[in-house]
Amino acid sequence: MSDELNRETAVAAADETTAADVPTTTLHEAIQSAIDENEVILFMKGVPDAPACGFSARAVSVLEHVGKPFAAVNILPDPRIRQELSAISGWPTIPQLFVNGELVGGADIIAEMYEDGEIYDTLGVERPAQAAAVETGSEPQPLKIENLLS
Amino acid sequence: MASEIQDVGATEIKTRIEAGIPGCRATVTGDGHHFQAVVEGPMFGGISRVAQHKLVYDVFGDELGDRIHALALKTKATEDD
Repeated sequence: MSDELNRETAVAAADETTAADVPTTTLHEAIQSAIDENEVILFMKGVPDAPACGFSARAVSVLEHVGKPFAAVNILPDPRIRQELSAISGWPTIPQLFVNGELVGGADIIAEMYEDGEIYDTLGVERPAQAAAVETGSEPQPLKIENLLS
Repeated sequence: MASEIQDVGATEIKTRIEAGIPGCRATVTGDGHHFQAVVEGPMFGGISRVAQHKLVYDVFGDELGDRIHALALKTKATEDD
């Protein structure tokens, strides 16, 4: 229906159907193949241009900053997307980032990996010169929840 | 969002993490729905970040995203002593 759901390679399991009639097994398979078929895929609340949650927004901004193209699936259209996703990943919260079929983590892990530059290696992107020399020894900033809420 | 669900306290979160993962130390702050937790312990050594966070998430199961709206998490491996 709405075009903004179909951004980029968005493989949203609930893309074309309104999902009401999609059997759960099909949904499960659709999510699994989306994970398998996309090198980098982010399951999030909302879409990259309009994240519906601060945690998802943070994950998107890391990926965009690193400059790695990614597929995005909005989990909001049908609660079963999240259910099935969590059943597959064993991870309870959203967002969830998968690279090469493997769960990399949620918002906190993505942020931590960005802070220490590890995310570049995981995504197969060359680290920018100054990121390689991140201020070592300085304690990572505590996560401020206020910044996550929109 | 007004709800009949009872608010969760940061102390409850801390107690449950420490009970659920024997030997860890948790520092938790939060407002009843959104929490930040730093959890340290030797059990986090040598396992992936995903596995580390899962250990903590497993303490709460379905309550995450529901009764506990959000739990910002940092895990740290400490030396066994």
